[in-house]
Amino acid sequence: MNGGPAVMETSSLCAEDLGKRYRKTWALRECTFDVPSGRVAALVGPNGAGKTTLLDLMAGVLEPDTGSGRVGPAPTGAATPSARVAYLAQDRPLYSTFTAADMLDFGRRFNRRWDQARAFDWLDTFDVPLRRRCDRLSGGQRTQVALALALGASPDLLLLDEPLANLDPIVRVEVARRLLDLVAEQGTTIVLSTHVVAELPGRVDYLVVLVEGRLVLAGDIDDLLAAHAYLEGPRSNDAPGPWVTVRASHSERRSRFLVEHSGDGPPPLTHPTWQATPVGLEDLIMDYLQAANDRPADLAGVDHRG
Amino acid sequence: MLEIKLDRGSPTPPYLQVVNQVRDALRMGWLVPGDRLPSVREVVASSGINPNTVSKAYRELGLLGLIESRQGAGSYVTATLGHADPHAMVKFRVQLEGWVARARAAGLDLEDLKVLAAAVLNESGSARSSVAG
Repeated sequence: MNGGPAVMETSSLCAEDLGKRYRKTWALRECTFDVPSGRVAALVGPNGAGKTTLLDLMAGVLEPDTGSGRVGPAPTGAATPSARVAYLAQDRPLYSTFTAADMLDFGRRFNRRWDQARAFDWLDTFDVPLRRRCDRLSGGQRTQVALALALGASPDLLLLDEPLANLDPIVRVEVARRLLDLVAEQGTTIVLSTHVVAELPGRVDYLVVLVEGRLVLAGDIDDLLAAHAYLEGPRSNDAPGPWVTVRASHSERRSRFLVEHSGDGPPPLTHPTWQATPVGLEDLIMDYLQAANDRPADLAGVDHRG
Repeated sequence: MLEIKLDRGSPTPPYLQVVNQVRDALRMGWLVPGDRLPSVREVVASSGINPNTVSKAYRELGLLGLIESRQGAGSYVTATLGHADPHAMVKFRVQLEGWVARARAAGLDLEDLKVLAAAVLNESGSARSSVAG
């Protein structure tokens, strides 16, 4: 069972052989993927994997050394031909002497399209004091001001670097819900980076996994889950069947392999002592990250940033 | 109105969980033809599920002939699932609740119950389930 008739999807974000180097060290290399318009994509990877570099390149804050990152056309009917991009940077840049209200005023002056009501509504919802200077706001409140600025700009594409970091658990749920409502209401595309894999299932529908500056997995999440399975059986060095092993783990008597196969459902197993089980999103991500960890350093792509 | 709940730890893809919950509701008679399903935005607001996931589930339910989406007017149930007499459903449900309570009192946990139920269902219905998939 798979999603019904193919829905024509236009690309919102497209990276082709994208690479960025800091002196001799590649922060990101040979990165190719395509996020369709209106999707919610998670950018996942350990520290130093290149997530922020990738977002910086997509936002146009950095220039690539190789390849290109392209932000797709605006949705049909939009006033401007190219998509409008808003970027929530990791350090939440705000003018420290400005109040939250000043920042929104600033946003209104410097954006051709600006939704004042949406921006104020956001601050009101999350109880951010409008008249307090930004340098006197808490980390969470600074995030909310930066988010209000990003949303006020009515973007077609929203790039968010760890949007939920330093927000408390209840607020995290509410911010996620409101961002998803924006996707439902306006067809906004969201690309967000995160460490918290447990918060992803059911919220994001597209996945990009980076390890040490390289892309290890990208695609529609339902498609990725349908194309992977665990095979469990007696201890052995190799997985049964012709499929690609992503990661092997062994206990004393048993072996478990995460395999990638093509097509829906569990792969047909001929050997009765082996059992195929579906894989969930969290396990899928963790196993891809672990697999990169398992590999000896000299094979893993070497020179990475700190 | 149907409230959709997601098991975020389950390996079942979220869109299939939504499809299954609507199917269950049809089978239990909680949803009947003519009922309106919550809109995509209503589901996002109530359960924080990705709107593309909800849309995909509704498309799937449409393909199965169970619901019909009318442009701008929402999605409506068009079919029923299962042909059991609703009174019989209630009767057996009550009996099952009694059975579960007795088993819990005897010290069986949820996993024990699931294994037992699955084993009995598999034995009694293996011929049917192999046809129905």
